[in-house]
Amino acid sequence: MDYFAQQLINGLVLGSIYGLIAIGYTMVYGIVGMINFAHGDIFMIGGFIAMISFLVLVSLGLTAIPLILLIVLLVSMVITALYGWTIERIAYRPLRHSFRLAPMLSAIGMSFVLTNFSQVSQGARVKPVPPIITGGYTLHEGSQGFAVQLSNIQIVVVLATIVLLAVFTWLVSRTRLGRDMRACEQDQTMAALLGVDVDRTISMTFVIGAALAAVAGMMYLLYYGLVDFFMGFVAGIKAFTAAVLGGIGSLPGAMLGGLAIGLIETFWSAYFSVEYKDVAAFSILIVVLIFMPTGLLGRPEVEKV
Amino acid sequence: MSATSARPSHAAQPSGSAFILKKALISAAVALVLFSLMIGVRTEAGPQGGLIYWTRFGDLAALVGTVFGGSIIIELLRQWWGPVDKDRIVPKPVQSAMSFAGRWLAPALLVFAFLVPVIFYNQRYILDLSILVLTYVMLGWGLNVVVGLAGLLDLGYVAFYAVGAYSYALLATNFGLSFWVCLPLAGILAAFWGVLLGFPVLRLRGDYLAIVTLAFGEIIRLVIINWQSLTGGPNGVSGIPRPTMFGIPLTPGDDGLAAKLGIEFSPTHRIVFLFYLILAMALLTNWVTIRLRRLPIGRAWEALREDEVACRALGINVTTTKLTAFATGAMFGGFAGAFFATRQGFISPESFTFQESALVLAIVVLGGMGSQLGVALAALTMIGGFELFRGFDQYRMLVFGIAMVLLMIWRPRGLIGHRAPTVFLERNQAISSDLVKEGHG
Amino acid sequence: MSSDHILTVDRLMMRFGGIVAVNELSFAAERRKITALIGPNGAGKTTVFNCITGFYRPSGGAIRLAHDDGRTIQLERLGDFRITKQAKVARTFQNIRLFPGMTALENLMVAQHNALMRASGLTFLGLIGAPSWRAAEQRAIELARTWLDRVGLLSRADDAAGNLAYGDQRRLEIARAMCTEPVLLCLDEPAAGLNARESGGLNELLLSIRNEQGTSILLIEHDMSVVMEISDHVVVMDYGVKIAEGTPQAVRDDPKVIAAYLGADEEEAIAVMESGT
Repeated sequence: MDYFAQQLINGLVLGSIYGLIAIGYTMVYGIVGMINFAHGDIFMIGGFIAMISFLVLVSLGLTAIPLILLIVLLVSMVITALYGWTIERIAYRPLRHSFRLAPMLSAIGMSFVLTNFSQVSQGARVKPVPPIITGGYTLHEGSQGFAVQLSNIQIVVVLATIVLLAVFTWLVSRTRLGRDMRACEQDQTMAALLGVDVDRTISMTFVIGAALAAVAGMMYLLYYGLVDFFMGFVAGIKAFTAAVLGGIGSLPGAMLGGLAIGLIETFWSAYFSVEYKDVAAFSILIVVLIFMPTGLLGRPEVEKV
Repeated sequence: MSATSARPSHAAQPSGSAFILKKALISAAVALVLFSLMIGVRTEAGPQGGLIYWTRFGDLAALVGTVFGGSIIIELLRQWWGPVDKDRIVPKPVQSAMSFAGRWLAPALLVFAFLVPVIFYNQRYILDLSILVLTYVMLGWGLNVVVGLAGLLDLGYVAFYAVGAYSYALLATNFGLSFWVCLPLAGILAAFWGVLLGFPVLRLRGDYLAIVTLAFGEIIRLVIINWQSLTGGPNGVSGIPRPTMFGIPLTPGDDGLAAKLGIEFSPTHRIVFLFYLILAMALLTNWVTIRLRRLPIGRAWEALREDEVACRALGINVTTTKLTAFATGAMFGGFAGAFFATRQGFISPESFTFQESALVLAIVVLGGMGSQLGVALAALTMIGGFELFRGFDQYRMLVFGIAMVLLMIWRPRGLIGHRAPTVFLERNQAISSDLVKEGHG
Repeated sequence: MSSDHILTVDRLMMRFGGIVAVNELSFAAERRKITALIGPNGAGKTTVFNCITGFYRPSGGAIRLAHDDGRTIQLERLGDFRITKQAKVARTFQNIRLFPGMTALENLMVAQHNALMRASGLTFLGLIGAPSWRAAEQRAIELARTWLDRVGLLSRADDAAGNLAYGDQRRLEIARAMCTEPVLLCLDEPAAGLNARESGGLNELLLSIRNEQGTSILLIEHDMSVVMEISDHVVVMDYGVKIAEGTPQAVRDDPKVIAAYLGADEEEAIAVMESGT
């Protein structure tokens, strides 16, 4: 039971990270109708920028951890958001009304560019960081010496996710930008006729998605204490799975899907085999798409004849 | 219709040096922010395990300067050319000359391909590269059946390549079966896996199908890595037998081909043999595909790409039609995999990553979906271009990624932008690719 | 007379969630006759079509097709493509669905898919180029040529279907449906978007299909000139139910029909009619 509780905590934390990435996929798919293959790598870039800025800040002599974290968060969100903006501008916008395969291949190409850019610029080796947020609570002392732990970093990840989700939900449901985004999702031509700046709205979608991915990258860095140039690919596919599982286009769905994938992966590793955890995640993707193609909270697609 | 294209796009575009300068400055500023940490600061795990860093502001400045200069040049070029339009990039006379050359290009390429081992007999490097190009031509032609003809987006094609390679490797090393027995088996097994994957996923559409096939490709690779007792895991399978010329080995011994023919043994014989083997396999793929296009099954594939609902209304069983496309493509992938295994003598999961799938898909799309000649040209360009960066190994994938993005922006419809009809009454005229659909399944 | 009905729709129900699109609809189409299904927008006509041709699975009721040889097929039990393949029912679409990137001739060849698949020995005979396959292919091309000629598109045979004019595309779609050699041809608004001359040509084509091929036709149409001129029997629907049925003349004078079209009360419609006569 204790073991189970511990896995539940770990799974929820991992799921929060997946959920943050999944929102980026869901938003872009909702508006532009393409899978942003480079989004997983945006997450990776976010992790790298957090790692570098942390290192620089510490070496500059800053010691107040909360201040450092705040600056790192802002820096990585801003720079990563600019990556998202630039990618949309260079690789997707010229192809927006083209043949459907073209933006997809362009996105795959962009994913290679980002992966290898970070490999070339920062080297192929794993970058470890010392634990930044330490300490925690022992929730329950088990009988065989197994204790259920809730570390501070886990609390931070979950809290940050909840806060971001709240801000983001407000943004989409209450602001002008959110209204424009929903309008573009429904009908871009009509939105343009009604005075919505479609280009800007789509750019902002990429910017927001990338900023959230940056937060996920930073959380990943804090939680696992390392980044490497290849971490975006698998995390990207899993987050996409989460987005589909939750129902693509649905924001709460993306978060829900992320939590589900995080839990499934954690429990699979804990009770079955660690080696096959990715196989399990991918198999779930296939099963979900076959039996529940609209996901948990998605809208059913009606075939018009 | 697009919202953006409704605007007067070119006429109102501002020009003048102030505009160019402003644009370049913005680009440079963006580049500065993007690269500030990623290029300006280099991190590495230090000797004590902690991270150390050093700055590279020189590189950063150079890169930002390049972006600034590049932006000015691109903008100047754009204003000099005016609106981008096919007739301006490729003038009409050149176009007609190209279409004339196009008619002779395929036969010329074929003749050249047959002569490659004769011309480059002493250049091992070129022979090896040609074999590699032909392997990708064959993979491209195989995937073209699925993506180009049937319009089904498959991002996990490498899985079938892997199934073919491992089928041959394991059958040959465990049971001593010869290449010629294993080759059809590898194809059949790959086709079987194609059907097995295809059956549940074929009712998915477009991007969903793409992501499921991607997941399937990854599953196969992960299973190969983790099922160590069967596949040797990450260490792969080594000692895979070399092919024989229908039972006669290409070895220096007395029973080798050279000795039987009474000529002096040379290791090049095997390379030349492998070259003709893959050439024959690729041409077989091409021949079968061309033939299939003119049969009802091939027409049904193309009709499926055009309009699935209409196909159903004409009594076409959409599921079996998709499955046959998947199985046919997978079979060719399996053949290519068996060839790859026998050529390398060693295979490991590293050869079957998502990057391979993406490369083959890029070849098909760049070739112009459905065009056999286009796929061959694209394979030649891509693999050849890739080889140019052999010296700069770590930049290869970076350049490949950039090339993929640029090629898509330059020619979203591929090199060969028209479709040849499969049957005609009076005139055999090509159909512009603007009319050809890309499929949504 | 009931023995001469090719199609019998019996208390057909179609629900989408809580909405009842077709409610207990019963009607029959006679063999070798043209039956028109008319009604205002949103009456559920296309839904009936989609049920008959297998694109929707009805929520209730039966659709029976009686072949010339006496076989009766329950259409609601067959899935989409089997309705064309086994029951020999062909259809066209309201918003034309051709294969735009294939030539007109290729479109008609695709329509003969099932016959050609058999002739090509499920591809294998075709792959080796067996003489029997070549002969079958020639016959298929001849059939396609015949239909291209019938719809006046022989000169456009090698042009991409997507390049044809709108009216030509409509006729090509009918030719394509006929290449499946159906016993029942279902046309969803074949005259939509046609000018008067094209519409007249369509009438002749449909009559010749009925008279020469002996194909029964069921059509949805808004264009009353088409309906009145060529229909043998008219069924009128409104809000998912049948409100009238009979000869074109009888239906035209039915106050319920006029009321449905004018959106007025029955009494008002009668008043309008009486004041007019």
